[in-house]
Amino acid sequence: MQTQVENTRARQRARRPDFLHTILIVTAFAIPVIATLCLYALINGSLDSLQAFGFGFLTSSQWIPNPPNGGPPILGALPAMYGSVVTTAIALLFAVPISLGIALFQSELAPRKLRLPSIFLVELLAAVPSVVYGLWGILFLVPFMSNYVDPGLLGSLGFLPIFQGETNGLGMLTAGVILAIMIIPYGAAVMREVVTAVPRAQREACIALGGTKWETMRMAVIPYASTGIIAAVVLAMGRAIGETMAVTMVIGNVARITPSLFVPAETIPSVIANEFTEVAGNGVYLAALFELALILFAIAFVMNLIGRLLITRLAFHGKVSHNV
Amino acid sequence: MVLATLAFLIALVPLLSILYQTIANGYSALNIDFFTQITPPIGGAGGGIINAIEGSLVMVGIASLIGIPIGLFTGAYLYEYPGRLANNLRLVGEVLTGVPSIVTGIVVYVVIVATLHHFSALSGGIALSFMMIPIVAISTHESLKLVPSSIKEGGLALGVSRPKTLIYILVSTAKSGIVTGIAISVARIMGETAPLLFTALGNQFMMNSIYDPAESMTVLIYDYGTSPYPTAHAFAWGAALILLLLVLGLNMVVRVASRLKPTTPI
Repeated sequence: MQTQVENTRARQRARRPDFLHTILIVTAFAIPVIATLCLYALINGSLDSLQAFGFGFLTSSQWIPNPPNGGPPILGALPAMYGSVVTTAIALLFAVPISLGIALFQSELAPRKLRLPSIFLVELLAAVPSVVYGLWGILFLVPFMSNYVDPGLLGSLGFLPIFQGETNGLGMLTAGVILAIMIIPYGAAVMREVVTAVPRAQREACIALGGTKWETMRMAVIPYASTGIIAAVVLAMGRAIGETMAVTMVIGNVARITPSLFVPAETIPSVIANEFTEVAGNGVYLAALFELALILFAIAFVMNLIGRLLITRLAFHGKVSHNV
Repeated sequence: MVLATLAFLIALVPLLSILYQTIANGYSALNIDFFTQITPPIGGAGGGIINAIEGSLVMVGIASLIGIPIGLFTGAYLYEYPGRLANNLRLVGEVLTGVPSIVTGIVVYVVIVATLHHFSALSGGIALSFMMIPIVAISTHESLKLVPSSIKEGGLALGVSRPKTLIYILVSTAKSGIVTGIAISVARIMGETAPLLFTALGNQFMMNSIYDPAESMTVLIYDYGTSPYPTAHAFAWGAALILLLLVLGLNMVVRVASRLKPTTPI
């Protein structure tokens, strides 16, 4: 009798709608809703531009929002995409080795007592707001580059087309350097998690074979962690391409394609930040900015998806705890 | 090995330089007026940034009111109901943390500003909440995963219902990690500029309500820092000093309180 009553109660409880589940899943859908809103708003906004320019938008290097003859705007994304690619490449050139160095220092080399404080300091670098990097960039780094670095490069490597032209500090080189500084902490943190996840046995095997600390890192740790390190680079690249404020403040914002890294240029996010509020009821011009944002969203989305999937795949094989 | 140590030391150079420049240049801008007066026109003399401080705090407040509960519940869902759906939600959330903040600004411009036909602190706050939700969700999920499953099973074995186990046992055990994640996300959005450019716009005066355009410390730093006037630069440095104190201060407090335990890179 007793058990029968309890069984019925248990069955009733099981049939009762699970309020916890309902509440949690409704809120959890905020994430796909935000993602869908992004796609919807960007595609809807860029329809006019897609219609007017088609694929030519990606290959045209003209950016004339208000032609002097009063005709329709002539807009192409190439200068902005070129600037984004070049500044990101410069940033990765500096940031990848330095991030890897930091990750190895923090996971393999640093004395126990220095490990956590060193991670803390790099996390602080990551916490500095982008606009403060920009302010430091425009009022300190730009004059510094124009007074010391650019003339030095011009004097020693001036025969290369990338180091020619007028230098006033504003340009792709300065933007690339500031981007490097900004993505180093993120790249280092992801790489550190990946490197820390390399099993002890892997290291001990190399040490047992008589390997030095350096040989262990080079032959046992880095190859084992290589997929994760590539994932970290891809994720950092996604960050660099989307970084807006600091780049906008130091790149000079001129739509042109030149080999020189010294002259003012622009990137996809810098164009949006600069021109969006200045567009007054100009249909195609506004739509073109939306299309730039759509391109940016697509690039960042794909980069992050690839990076995350690489790391998740590692987690699946038990190499990395799924928490990067 | 020398190279790896050198890499770490190189990374500290910009951190120290930024701190030094901001303190050295920002300190002289600080006075009583700076905290009590509204902003002068760019290039003008006198005045303060009280309207920007007000705007920043109001928008971060709105974002927190929306973002913290939704983020928390989402993180709890990811933990409580693992499976294919949760994995995919988590992946989309992770990808969203990598979406450039300027894109978030444009999206909220379309969805809120263009619909209501005016810039407002409310839309700025919503844009910030879009950035906050995935960050809080992922850090909450991570913190909950660190709770030993024996503690959870102990609760369930004693006949404690699932919601009560979640709230009284799991969340209270993972409390410090969850709070750290929330605090770091608040610090992060406090320093965001790009999502506010097209949503809150800016406001030279105090707001009357959250439906008014709002100034913020970050947009002020951008506008004044990129202007050609030295007086405006001093203003930007002063605002940057206050912003750094708030953002780095919040980071330091929670990280030192959690004994420098490294956090998930988001």
